[in-house]
Amino acid sequence: MAIRVFHFILLFLSFTNLTYSLYEDQVGLMDWHQKYIGKVKHAVFHTQKTGRKRVLVSTEENVVASLDLRHGEIFWRHVLGTNDVIDGLDIALGKYVITLSSDGSILRAWNLPDGQMVWESSLPGSKASKSILNIPKNLKADKDDLILVYSKGSLNAVSGVDGEVLWKKDFADESIEVSHIIQSSDVIYVAGFVGSSKIHVYGLNAKSGELLDKNHAALPSGTFGELLSVSGDTFVVLDEMRSKIVIIHLKNGEISYNQKHISDLTEDIAGQAVILPSRLPGMFALNINSYVLLIKVTNQGELVLVDKVNNGAAVSDSLSISEDEHAFAFVHYGDNKIHLSVKNVNDWNHDLLKESIVIEHQRGKIDKIFVNNYVRTDRSHGFRALMVMEDHSLLLVQQGEIVWSREDGLASVVDVTTSELPVQKEGVSVAKVEQNLFEWLKGHMLKLKGTLMIASPDDLAAIQALRLRSSEKSKMTRDHNGFRKLLIVLTRAGKVFALHTGDGRVVWSILLPSLRKSEACENPVGLHIYQWQVPHHHALDENPSVLVVGRCGPSLSAPTVLSFIDAYTGMELKSLSPAHTAAQVIPLPHTDSTEQRLHLIIDDNQHAYLYPRTPEAIDILKHEFSNVYWYSVDADNGVIRGHALKSNCVQEAVDEYCFDFRDLWSVVFPSESEKIIATMTRKPNEVVHTQAKVMTDYDVMYKYISKNLLFVANAAPKAAGEIGTVIPEEAWLVIYILDTVTGRILHRMTHNGCQGPVHAVFSENWVVYHYFNLRAHRYEMSVVEIYDQSRADNKDVWRFVLGKHNLTSPISSYSRPEVIAKSQSYFFTHSVKAIEVTSTAKGITSKQLLIGTIGDQVLALDKRFLDPRRTVNPSQAEKEDGIIPLTDSLPIIPQSYITHALKVEGLRGIVTVPAKLESTSLVFVYGVDLFFTQIAPSRTYDSLTEDFSYALLLLTIVALVAAIFVTWVLSERKDLQDKWR
Amino acid sequence: MDKGKGAMGSNARRWAVDFSDNSTSPSSRDVPDPPGFSRASIDQDDSTLSRQKKDAESNWKAQKAWEVAQAPFKNLLMMGFMMWMAGSTVHLFSIGITFSALWQPISALQSVGKIFEPYKDSRVELLGPKLLFIALNLGGLALGVWKLNALGLLPTHTSDWVSSLPPAQEVEYSGGGGVLI
Repeated sequence: MAIRVFHFILLFLSFTNLTYSLYEDQVGLMDWHQKYIGKVKHAVFHTQKTGRKRVLVSTEENVVASLDLRHGEIFWRHVLGTNDVIDGLDIALGKYVITLSSDGSILRAWNLPDGQMVWESSLPGSKASKSILNIPKNLKADKDDLILVYSKGSLNAVSGVDGEVLWKKDFADESIEVSHIIQSSDVIYVAGFVGSSKIHVYGLNAKSGELLDKNHAALPSGTFGELLSVSGDTFVVLDEMRSKIVIIHLKNGEISYNQKHISDLTEDIAGQAVILPSRLPGMFALNINSYVLLIKVTNQGELVLVDKVNNGAAVSDSLSISEDEHAFAFVHYGDNKIHLSVKNVNDWNHDLLKESIVIEHQRGKIDKIFVNNYVRTDRSHGFRALMVMEDHSLLLVQQGEIVWSREDGLASVVDVTTSELPVQKEGVSVAKVEQNLFEWLKGHMLKLKGTLMIASPDDLAAIQALRLRSSEKSKMTRDHNGFRKLLIVLTRAGKVFALHTGDGRVVWSILLPSLRKSEACENPVGLHIYQWQVPHHHALDENPSVLVVGRCGPSLSAPTVLSFIDAYTGMELKSLSPAHTAAQVIPLPHTDSTEQRLHLIIDDNQHAYLYPRTPEAIDILKHEFSNVYWYSVDADNGVIRGHALKSNCVQEAVDEYCFDFRDLWSVVFPSESEKIIATMTRKPNEVVHTQAKVMTDYDVMYKYISKNLLFVANAAPKAAGEIGTVIPEEAWLVIYILDTVTGRILHRMTHNGCQGPVHAVFSENWVVYHYFNLRAHRYEMSVVEIYDQSRADNKDVWRFVLGKHNLTSPISSYSRPEVIAKSQSYFFTHSVKAIEVTSTAKGITSKQLLIGTIGDQVLALDKRFLDPRRTVNPSQAEKEDGIIPLTDSLPIIPQSYITHALKVEGLRGIVTVPAKLESTSLVFVYGVDLFFTQIAPSRTYDSLTEDFSYALLLLTIVALVAAIFVTWVLSERKDLQDKWR
Repeated sequence: MDKGKGAMGSNARRWAVDFSDNSTSPSSRDVPDPPGFSRASIDQDDSTLSRQKKDAESNWKAQKAWEVAQAPFKNLLMMGFMMWMAGSTVHLFSIGITFSALWQPISALQSVGKIFEPYKDSRVELLGPKLLFIALNLGGLALGVWKLNALGLLPTHTSDWVSSLPPAQEVEYSGGGGVLI
């Protein structure tokens, strides 16, 4: 019947569109790409030369980048691997950017103008230690300059020209924690602690690395924190009580020290002191409570308190502005402004610069500040400051104004959800984005010209520009097709952004007050973001809201933070700091009368808490009490447990929103042979169109569609590590498909000689997973489809004609339906970072797998390639049904990269959201970069393409109507003449 | 079929003069019949003539009706040939042919009374031709339906009924997973 016609159409489409691809001029129409770098750790300015002014930065996302100082654009950027953490960044020889990364084991030099790598040295070592990069600061580039790197327990002298390790001195046996390298012309002093109170100094020959002398001294007490260099040979450190400052002098290898109580310097401040790591010549900054003390170290080793700043924020490193003048910047807060002062180190009373800047409240406090100077036309010194804010954004401040800012918090997206935009209402003016009729006509005339190929190159450019900045896609109201939405992202900084899907702009952002560092909350982390309220039926007047779940610290027992945010305005509606912890958050499939979704929060103390805390929610839960289950995966012990709610908590304080639960079942995997490495479930909001799968011979297979399925991949314990550490005989992969209500194992399969990492995606009745086959030395992808055998005998047509079947009546997992699984495996070329599947509004459109490859691109692969029904020689009927002949590997068609020519650096996740238009799915890819596009796995069969020429259609209709009229008049006239004859 | 109607039908005569005086009783006449003239015999003669005529007409009508009734047979053969030519895959041509094969018999069946109206006569038995006509058209319809089925466009399989059945709702709900990190 109709299904056959549909198949035929699909077949037709699949021949014409085996690959998803787009034309060159379609780039940027529906997609956008944003480049970020992450939170800046180090910044080095390069402004000496007259050429382009730039700043070199390394970030917490392991990015080395060169930014334009004028506009903040990226000149070049390199994203190092996730394990390749950058420890040091500097400029050598005036032309190379040197980075030290991977715990000090890799030293690289990048060409300053274009970012090409010049050389790379690996500095192996066995001992883990702090790594120090020391590059002599000579204004004149000297070929003999050495780069000194202390890492992995040894000191390496590396030639700056070619990266050759000239000499190496091993300190691994000395049990010394080296903290400073002091370089003079021919002797290098290495200072460090043994234990916390013994200071050792080694003198080395700068040319050969020979040990010249060795000295040590014992301090009267232990020390706290890092040793800070004040001047060439003077250091300060706090004692272990944090009440005294110890000043250490290393004069030609001789050690002398004296100490001073902090209370001697200032009497009215008490508290835990911390030395700020800013390098200032002859000075250091001490942070006590909210005060910053600036203390000068005189040549005699005496400490003098220079200034005391309340609400101090950050102190920069010093900057040498002339031969013996050093300047540094510090900022403090006051009356909603940020006061930036640049001072000369030697001349305290004189400000080189004093500015007040208003910075958006949503950026939080200043985390770091880097200063740079320039010479004004009147030969005075001007200063610019690069500020790293609490929300990880980067600002450049010059002459009291923010020259540019970068939202680099978006480089560390933690979780994503979406929200609809407001409905377009009467009276709500959207006129400013609306075009007038004339422009509309003009645009369509241009398009018509393009269609008729009579457009000039200028016209073509105008058409392209018109298409790219179509105001239609960036409106702030809901559209018919559901393409316009808000992407609500939570970043690691605890900031929530709403991005418009049309053009990727930030609609609102909020630095959650509850996720900011405070005394109650030491290390706040945002964990997840949930859709809290999605009004669509009877609560349309209310704005949708999202729930952000956070925790004050990395451990499970840290207090929970819940924050509710209005999705339209970005205001925090309320925030809660409940007494319980949050180990799991379970959104339930029930909503209350205001469309607030019920959530269960499970703490680490075997209790479940219901949110929202309203009597109505209790009623709803009571009604569904016996049908709510949950499961927990304990990967360390290899156990999966199932639980059900039991009763209200038995506690001293009565809390009717708190529930106890009982354990129902547990699946214990043998720890000697299996270790859980991956689990995957279906997306809770996925829509499935049909439960039947029609075979070529009109036979029907019933899909086993259950939301309560869990895919578990277990590897051999030996093979849980990296690829290449075990032989194939020792490696195996066991996959399970479990029912999480009853704990029943529906399917189990072993892949011998295979190992992880496993990436999986679960949708409808199938799961696709990716792993490594050690025997074949290739990656593989497998598909498992589960079918319900207990429904298979529903074959009588008359029962369907009369409606006497029970296929749509509710089913229970306890009915234990008999299932069968079909599976097939294929080789796949790439290693994979993430797999996701397209999702559409009704689930009718065929599915595509979206594979985030190791090259940081996203490949769209038709699910038809992963179909257990594929055979080597499909019959004619099977071919008509769209079954592709079986091949041993999955094809990678270059046109089917949905990221086309772009890269989503540091790709971490893919999110798909259905549009209202059934054919289309919205895809958001995040990593260091952000990328968004729309894809239509079966092409846009339900809408006209955006380049459809309405003008041509209109013109055709007008022409036809005119022709009809003219011919009618002519025929009338002819009739009249005939009659007169 | 319709052409013979005007010329040969019962309404074809425009005028008539009755030469025979139908009154048989001699008493009503002023003039007695001439000797040797038998009024009764003339009457007899005239009625046999008209009866013969009517017989011929009804025979002709019956024959025509049978012809009309058999006409769909040719159509049927034609249709069969067309269907065979169209093949068994679904495309515009085969769908068009199949639907015309379905439409023709249906429209013919709807107008069966109209088609046989010219041959309506009290003495012509039209039931036989009508039944044949209907049977042949039903045959044509059956052929069309068979073709439709051969194209797979009839909901005769389970798959046609379940392909849009939404998945059954689940009674239980289970959520959870690993610990939030």
